[in-house]
Amino acid sequence: MSSYHSNRISKLATGIAGFDAIAKGGLPEGRTTLIAGSAGSAKTVFAVQFLAEGIRQFGQHGVFVTFEEAPADIRRNMASLGWDIAAWEAAGCWAFVDASPLPGEAEVIAGAYDLGALLARIEVAVNRVGARRLAMDSLGSLFSHFENHALIRNELFRISAALKLMNITAIMTAERTQEYGDISRYGVEEFVVDNVMILRNVLDGEKRRRTVELLKFRGTEHQKGEYPLTVLPGQGIVVIPLSAIELKQRSSNTRLTSGSRELDAMCGGGFFRDSIILVSGATGCGKTLITTEFAASGASGDERCLFLAFEESRDQLTRNATGWGKNFEDLESRGLLRVIATYPETMGLEDHLIAIKMAIDEFQPNRVAVDSLSALERVSTVKGYREFVIGLTSFIKHREIAGLFTSTTPRLIGGESITEAHISTITDSIILLRYVEMFGEITRGITVLKMRGSAHDKEIREFSIDASGMHIGKAFRNVTGILSGHPRHVEPQEIGRLNALFVNHNV
Amino acid sequence: MNKYLLKLYITGCTPQSERAISNLYRICEAEMQGQFEVQIIDVLQSPELAEKDRIIATPTLIKDLPQPLRRIIGDLSDVERVLRGLDIEQIHGQL
Repeated sequence: MSSYHSNRISKLATGIAGFDAIAKGGLPEGRTTLIAGSAGSAKTVFAVQFLAEGIRQFGQHGVFVTFEEAPADIRRNMASLGWDIAAWEAAGCWAFVDASPLPGEAEVIAGAYDLGALLARIEVAVNRVGARRLAMDSLGSLFSHFENHALIRNELFRISAALKLMNITAIMTAERTQEYGDISRYGVEEFVVDNVMILRNVLDGEKRRRTVELLKFRGTEHQKGEYPLTVLPGQGIVVIPLSAIELKQRSSNTRLTSGSRELDAMCGGGFFRDSIILVSGATGCGKTLITTEFAASGASGDERCLFLAFEESRDQLTRNATGWGKNFEDLESRGLLRVIATYPETMGLEDHLIAIKMAIDEFQPNRVAVDSLSALERVSTVKGYREFVIGLTSFIKHREIAGLFTSTTPRLIGGESITEAHISTITDSIILLRYVEMFGEITRGITVLKMRGSAHDKEIREFSIDASGMHIGKAFRNVTGILSGHPRHVEPQEIGRLNALFVNHNV
Repeated sequence: MNKYLLKLYITGCTPQSERAISNLYRICEAEMQGQFEVQIIDVLQSPELAEKDRIIATPTLIKDLPQPLRRIIGDLSDVERVLRGLDIEQIHGQL
């Protein structure tokens, strides 16, 4: 059925990053799409970018009809996003139709009128630059300008019909008063367009979250639901197409070293090359050390590692590494390591995700270490965080990169974190580090909880740290309840009795 | 008395355009005692002028002189509003 429909309406790729994936190819070609959004939901940016990407990526010219901001303001505002509209105008790729209100000039309505002049001007502009794309921003100003709303809706319908005849792919923006409610303020969608999308800028738990939703694309396919997006300087809108990501990465049997022979042995011979490893533990129990070993060990095999730090500064990490016998400065100068230390609070999670993707694309690492992933929990909502984690893991797996994430558990002994709840099913391996209190003394324990596709050590072993790094020792004997946070010493006779119990049972 | 300088924008020769033109001349002749100059501009013929004056709706009447500049939208069938828009005190009471 879907192929039957998509044969009839083709799509025009917008060129807006991520958008075409959720729109299954782009906007319906030769049609008008309404973009409804509340104030500050990046409608104008989307409208400008739709034309800008057409010019930059496809050589398709565009006409921008502005009802609200003057062209001079748009040129100036969009320069910060890296778009030189004036240059495109000079090159004949871009034309403005200026329908912005004249300041300080009172208008009187005295009799019947229509928007024939606007349509005529649009047609002239389209023909002048040979436009294939058109954006109108925003209809709300048009409706507040003219009282007769029924007439304006009628005229907009006439304009969108004329654009269809000229095979122009167009977008119109319109205001919304609430994030979840009527689609647009003047009911344009019911009369004028076949396709509706909604941009949202929702306040959720004191944090702003931008999303895009494709509400209807008449007669063609699209992804359903809301997708997070962000607006980046120099780049504009970037949509993060989460569920549109396909699980098609290949699986690899190649193992790589964790940096510790003992840990490799526990994992049945090392981590898989394209796996995601989660290291979970309370503060100070050795997560950064494992990350450091993982990052430094790649260098011996000429593998590059990207180290993303969200808890400690570069200097701290370098100093720590030196304390464990690893020279980060040397590795960085040889191009085998890149350490990027950022405070989680510097930007929203969507922006972090994009910054990480850009860093990965640029550095082309074989390994990515994130210390700690859970530090990012605090800058987002639970939903936003889950989307971030899924987006990041799928991106890394897609490139067949080994990813090691750490997660700090909120409690010192035992415990679980939001990170684990969200990503334990997408990770291939889980390593737990736990404090073990026995006889008034604190020691550390390590265990491999999960190792997808491989046998692994099921023991909980003693884990110690000294000047040469990490050491994994013998398994805890005669102790139960480490993972639950209530270690209990068990008499050897008791173990013997329990084992005998099972033997008897089997017989 | 100042001379009136008026521009009437229309889009094509539609009945609405014709109506606006005849309404305008009737008002001018009745109220401006020959002191007027009218320019009729068809947006289809001169889109660059419409662009410059940012015309969206037609018919649109622009009063360039005397100051201040005024815009009146519609086929000018509402005479009272047209006169108010042109800042003209109605002399004859009725047209």
